[in-house]
Amino acid sequence: MSDFLYLYRLPADSPDMPDSPKRMQERLEMWRAWFKDLEARGQLKALGHPLETSGAVLKNGGRTVNDGPYAESKDIVLGYSIVQVRDLAEARTVASGCPVLRYGGMVEVRPIRQV
Amino acid sequence: MSNALPDEHFFRRESGRLVATLTRLLGVDQLALAEDAVQETLAAAVEVWAFQGLPDNPSAWLMTSAKNRAFSLLRRERTARKFAPEIGRLADAEVEPASAESEPGLPKALEDDELRMMFSCCHPDITEDAQVALVLSLLGGFSAHEVASAFLVSDAAMEKRLARAKKVLSGSRTLFELGAGDFGARLSAVHRALYLLFNEGYHGASPDSVVRVDLCREALRLVSLLVEHVPAATPATHALAALMALHAARLPARMDEAGGLTELSRQDRSRWDTRLIGRGLELLETSARGEVVSEYHLEGAIAATHALAPSAEETPWGAIVELYDALLELRPSPVIALNRAVALAEHEGPERGLEALEALEEVEQLARYPFYPAALGELELRRGRTAVARKHFQDAHRLARNAAERRFLEQRLAAATTSSSSSARPPR
Repeated sequence: MSDFLYLYRLPADSPDMPDSPKRMQERLEMWRAWFKDLEARGQLKALGHPLETSGAVLKNGGRTVNDGPYAESKDIVLGYSIVQVRDLAEARTVASGCPVLRYGGMVEVRPIRQV
Repeated sequence: MSNALPDEHFFRRESGRLVATLTRLLGVDQLALAEDAVQETLAAAVEVWAFQGLPDNPSAWLMTSAKNRAFSLLRRERTARKFAPEIGRLADAEVEPASAESEPGLPKALEDDELRMMFSCCHPDITEDAQVALVLSLLGGFSAHEVASAFLVSDAAMEKRLARAKKVLSGSRTLFELGAGDFGARLSAVHRALYLLFNEGYHGASPDSVVRVDLCREALRLVSLLVEHVPAATPATHALAALMALHAARLPARMDEAGGLTELSRQDRSRWDTRLIGRGLELLETSARGEVVSEYHLEGAIAATHALAPSAEETPWGAIVELYDALLELRPSPVIALNRAVALAEHEGPERGLEALEALEEVEQLARYPFYPAALGELELRRGRTAVARKHFQDAHRLARNAAERRFLEQRLAAATTSSSSSARPPR
């Protein structure tokens, strides 16, 4: 078994939340179902955390500080989890069920380097 | 993460409560800020609860978090000013959620906040249409887009309508005081708005049956708030609540999942919600304890008569015609006159119904109402004049406002073509 980091990303120019309370609740339920599924299958190694969409990026030995959460790309990391599955192929299959994909987001799947 | 939210309307309902409470705390002129704070609070709840699971008391979590958020938004907005009375008001406000912990029902303070907001939305300077939209937006937690699709207007038009109404509301000095001298007049306006809201769900044009059921449900919820609040629980309030419950009882038989309509005479009465019928009859009985007979009493009595009839044939149509006569005296309207004519046709035959339809005054108000030509078609069909009936059904079909109505009228047209003698009325 290997560990994979899932980074949940959303393009910076897309609204990160619908303005309808009903749709928000639907989104919450999708995420809850997603985590519950991962947990039930024993694949959720660490739930991870949601991230604020604010922050800063330091560069050039710390001489440059950009306000905002992005390095180069125009998308924001919304949160992350660590998933334990057999291999990258399975990690991709599992990630394809992620709710963020249903509203214009992306999942970045990164194998965690084995020591 | 094992616990669950009470139902799929939780966020909408909470949104209404939070906006009402924050507006009371901050002052009605801070309505926009209150709405922003609530929006942000719900968004934060989605992210935090997705990862951490639900808190023990989600309502209390939301209220505390919304107050904090409003506080920080206000501080950000007022940093330039030395004196910001709203911050003091908010900081002093006792934290209500504690009381929500033990209380299974709605805490009194929250209920009052919602009522005051409801009365405030029905401000005389706001048009009736906009009052209904405002109630849906602020109390119902519907987005502008959702309200727009319920009323079949463009998002832009609805945003404008809401913005205008909110301007009037936030320009009024305070939220409506429930003990105010014009309480009675304002209560009538609230009744009217909730009646229109319910009707939009029940008879409205939105093709989305889920949206429409949500509107009916919201109207029922808000009218229950009135019923539970003593000064607002007048006979007319009980009658309005009765009328809604009795109509809502028929929803499962009236609308199928695809949004298709089944008219009263063809509904499977075993699918009517007997619990709601019982509740409606109870409310109607309570409503009769007053001195006044309102239009809601009469409409409630008509709905009750239908609810108690074992079948369309065994309906006491004479009594229904009389109730419509009384209703027309209180509130003359071509739609009510149309319904009376249809009831009269049941009672005394299609010829009498047609005569009544032809004698309708202000018939031009029905020019775009598909169920006027549909009723003509129905009665002609029952007289055996199938060619005339077909023409009327075609007229009606052209006026149909959504796919469900079109489908319904196509069925009637087909019935006229095969010259069936069965009957149909406007779906009620």
